[in-house]
Amino acid sequence: MAPPSPRRPGFSRRAQYGIFASYVIAVAGAGFALLLVLTSRFDPNGHSALQSILADMTSPVSSAARSALASTGDVGESIGAYFDAASKNKAMAKELAASKRQLIEADVLRQENRRLNQLLGLKNDAIQPITRAVLVSSTGASSRRYATLSAGASDGVTNGQPVVGPDGLVGRVVSVGRVSARVLLIVDGGNVTPVKRSVDGAPALAIGTGDGRLILRPLTSGVQFKPGDIFVTSGSGGIYRPGIAVARAIDRGREGTKARPLADPARLDYAEVEPIYQAPPPPAPSQIGEAKEN
Amino acid sequence: MARGYEPRLNRVASRWALIGVPAISVMLGSMTVLIPQVSVLPLLPPFGLLILLAWRMIVRDLWPVWAALPLGFFDDIFSGQPLGSAMLLWTLVFLVLDIFDRWMMWRDYRQDWAIAGTLVAVVQLVGLAIANGSGGNTNAVVLLPQIIVSILIFPLMVRLCARLDVLRWTL
Repeated sequence: MAPPSPRRPGFSRRAQYGIFASYVIAVAGAGFALLLVLTSRFDPNGHSALQSILADMTSPVSSAARSALASTGDVGESIGAYFDAASKNKAMAKELAASKRQLIEADVLRQENRRLNQLLGLKNDAIQPITRAVLVSSTGASSRRYATLSAGASDGVTNGQPVVGPDGLVGRVVSVGRVSARVLLIVDGGNVTPVKRSVDGAPALAIGTGDGRLILRPLTSGVQFKPGDIFVTSGSGGIYRPGIAVARAIDRGREGTKARPLADPARLDYAEVEPIYQAPPPPAPSQIGEAKEN
Repeated sequence: MARGYEPRLNRVASRWALIGVPAISVMLGSMTVLIPQVSVLPLLPPFGLLILLAWRMIVRDLWPVWAALPLGFFDDIFSGQPLGSAMLLWTLVFLVLDIFDRWMMWRDYRQDWAIAGTLVAVVQLVGLAIANGSGGNTNAVVLLPQIIVSILIFPLMVRLCARLDVLRWTL
């Protein structure tokens, strides 16, 4: 005999109505959920406000868990470090010597740079970070790449501010709760970062692919990016100040050069939230004329 | 001995445990994304959905159809998907499973696995479409490892739920 179906409770009217009602609730609820999904598309601001309330509730849980499990992340790496230790050591010693030489050269360049800046009368304001906070968790199961930052509106964080880690750009704030904020990582498929090649300033767009890498699209035709090229933010379009390290190109594909972000959010402890960069307005034509006369 | 006499046969299980154990296990599954690791690749299988499906396969009449709504809402809080995505998809999964129950009276474990695997894959792809609709732009190929991991880990979740099923009757 086939197992009795729980959806056919026999002749009891009450049970039959109960089951009917549960279907009505389920379908109505699914319709309501569909509306919620649609708001995320057509009213992103209202939707993210809703979600930041929820993020506030859950961020203490994961920041507590993070401090408890802080060291588990790099177990694999510390095991891997034992392999080829001798040859790595040799290579590193060579690298160290080379970088010491470069450091001295850079020192000379820095002094020269400062002197030239003084000549030009440029003021070099260091950008003060708004706050420093921990990236507590990310959306590991969803295809969007968000991370939760343990600082929110009460620390002065607002929408759109760039988040920078010690190695480079992490992303930007997209929704702010009171004590937590949601950061859209630069590798998310919906994130586009204006960058330039560090050596010659060739402009490009770094577009997230959602799989931990970026695609670099050159903005000028005829420019070919090579693996190993370093890209920094160009500052065009605002938001990110120029000169934050973003990515290193790894290989040339069909649809553009693939790059890996320099700041690996998986191993990030602290990140700084910086103020939104506003590109200085171009000087008025009359001022240019005056400058020439002077 | 010290606990005194407890009948082993014919004892009454707590109602709270009967409903609470499955619900809490699904919610804990949804909360696995809180594991403090910031990842650049979506690799973590959707444990909430997997545990929900495992329960549904083991105990067919455990939940009314609308139970997917509150559980899906809980999942949405944590998952980073647009709010409502799991509420919608999980309820649809329950409705589809009801249709399957009518079609196939007798199912063995492998068929359950195939059905659950297909549903998980579909839910993840539709979830990707929803996420892309809300501003993302991710290629579906990126999801492939996650889907494979989810399908392979499903039997483990069934085992876990079977253990919990014994537990909830003895609590």
